[in-house]
Amino acid sequence: MSVLALAVVFWLCAWALSAWLANRHGRNRAVRLLVPVLFGFTLLVLWEGLVRGLQVPPVILPAPTAIAARLVSMPGVLWADFVQTVLKGALSGFVIGALAAFVTALVIDRSPFLQRGLLPIGNFVAALPIVGLAPILVMWFGFDWHSKAAVVVVMVFFPMLVNIVAGLQASERMQRDLMATWGASWAQALVKLRLPAAMPFIFNGLKISATLALIGAIVAEYFGSPIVGMGFRISTEVGRLGLDIVWAEIVVAAVVGSALYGLIALVEKAVTFWHPSQRH
Amino acid sequence: MRRLLPILTVLAAIVAVWYAAAVWMNATWVFDQAERNGQVVTWAEVIPQTMAQDRPLLPPPHQVAATLWKGVAGQAVTSKRSLVYHSFITFRGTMMGFGLGILFGVGLAISIVRFRVMEMSVMPWAIISQTVPIVALAPMILAVSFQLGIESREVPKAIISAYLSFFPVLVSMVKGLRSPDAAQLDLLRTYSASDPQTFWKLRLPASLPYFFASLKVAIAAALVGTIVGELPTGAIEGLGARMLIGSQFGEPLIMWASLVAAALLAGVLIVAVGLVERAANRRMGVRA
Repeated sequence: MSVLALAVVFWLCAWALSAWLANRHGRNRAVRLLVPVLFGFTLLVLWEGLVRGLQVPPVILPAPTAIAARLVSMPGVLWADFVQTVLKGALSGFVIGALAAFVTALVIDRSPFLQRGLLPIGNFVAALPIVGLAPILVMWFGFDWHSKAAVVVVMVFFPMLVNIVAGLQASERMQRDLMATWGASWAQALVKLRLPAAMPFIFNGLKISATLALIGAIVAEYFGSPIVGMGFRISTEVGRLGLDIVWAEIVVAAVVGSALYGLIALVEKAVTFWHPSQRH
Repeated sequence: MRRLLPILTVLAAIVAVWYAAAVWMNATWVFDQAERNGQVVTWAEVIPQTMAQDRPLLPPPHQVAATLWKGVAGQAVTSKRSLVYHSFITFRGTMMGFGLGILFGVGLAISIVRFRVMEMSVMPWAIISQTVPIVALAPMILAVSFQLGIESREVPKAIISAYLSFFPVLVSMVKGLRSPDAAQLDLLRTYSASDPQTFWKLRLPASLPYFFASLKVAIAAALVGTIVGELPTGAIEGLGARMLIGSQFGEPLIMWASLVAAALLAGVLIVAVGLVERAANRRMGVRA
């Protein structure tokens, strides 16, 4: 019990410190970084204290230290799962889906008729539970990573398409007229005006799709996979009550998801530096 | 008509492509069957056969529609084979997750706007929480709630669904609660309004349009969450479970019919939320 009490005391102290820091030095950059990190760290301490203090059995909730031990002790398995699910399944599907959406958006762009027809449908499909296609695509493309990539392509395609088309319409009438007075061709206007103007939308779509890609690749593995992959590992280890391994996979998934998102956000910052949301 | 014609054209094109793909993908099986029986079949004979297989690789639209119709109208709505029954289970799960997500999102948004330390410590983690593929957690949430003695499968489903749907509500509500401008806030200060009074009379009403706008995203996310929650968790009821059963027993028609049912459910939910949004906005006097 004393461990739990200690953790709670630590939590209260850290919270008081964060509150003081936030109210006094909220503008400081180091504080802005420190406070969320401190919050995450206290959660871990509280978790550890809870598990140790109340002697929670590891089949319900393993302690963070046990999960960290797993991360260190079996990097080979985790790496193989990462390669299978993220590099082969999610990323290849992500790239193919995004490129396909881009090409489709350019084709649609030339025809107002197609725009009026495809956009409402694309908007609707983007809101549908497309993960449901996973079992069908696994049946079509087999158990290996190809089927996972296919699921990711379908999941990524519609949100990307909707965002790119909306982005291509984002430039203002005056700007397009200016391009026309200079006698710019469709391609010139596209490269010099409309694509740069579309970038905030495209990156928005990429951010949404990055998370979807990981979800798609992992869910598809629940419907059949070779004996490697994050989804496979999670579903089998849950069955064997090896929850520390499951949590280790979740940590990997969380880190990969956040890293992918962060990477896209970084590139966005560099590309759309002119956009109001990026200026401070 | 001007708006409907392009949509109908595209839909017709999709159906045409679907039929063509069905013929192309299902033909292999027909040719294999014929070869095994030592027969030679022409395309004219193959095409009708690709339209009516029991286990087609890609069922043509009319077969899916027939299965869907059988699932909806073919039996009593309480039957385990009725799609209405399974849709209702999924709908119930979605609503529980949706409600939970709204409560959580609004509560978090209020405390974030009120307390600076909440904004600085919780907001980054709320964003990170959405980059975590929740489905990775789904089997585990089920296992843990089972270990804790929660027999019902509704609870883990609702948790997953709430996890996905709280975020859009949170983001919009933070934006909405901050939307009153300095002049409005100053006015309330000249009235010497207290913090709670400012909240109830200015911030909350100002945030409502943002709130309703976020609901459309949240309900779609909640439905996805519910279906994902039903997929890998060995659930036996709900549209996600029907898809899983169709996949495991090699019944593509069941899989497709549940998929279409899920799409219809999503459409109905989004339209319903849109109507609520319109009515609320009109009542609040928001310009359309």
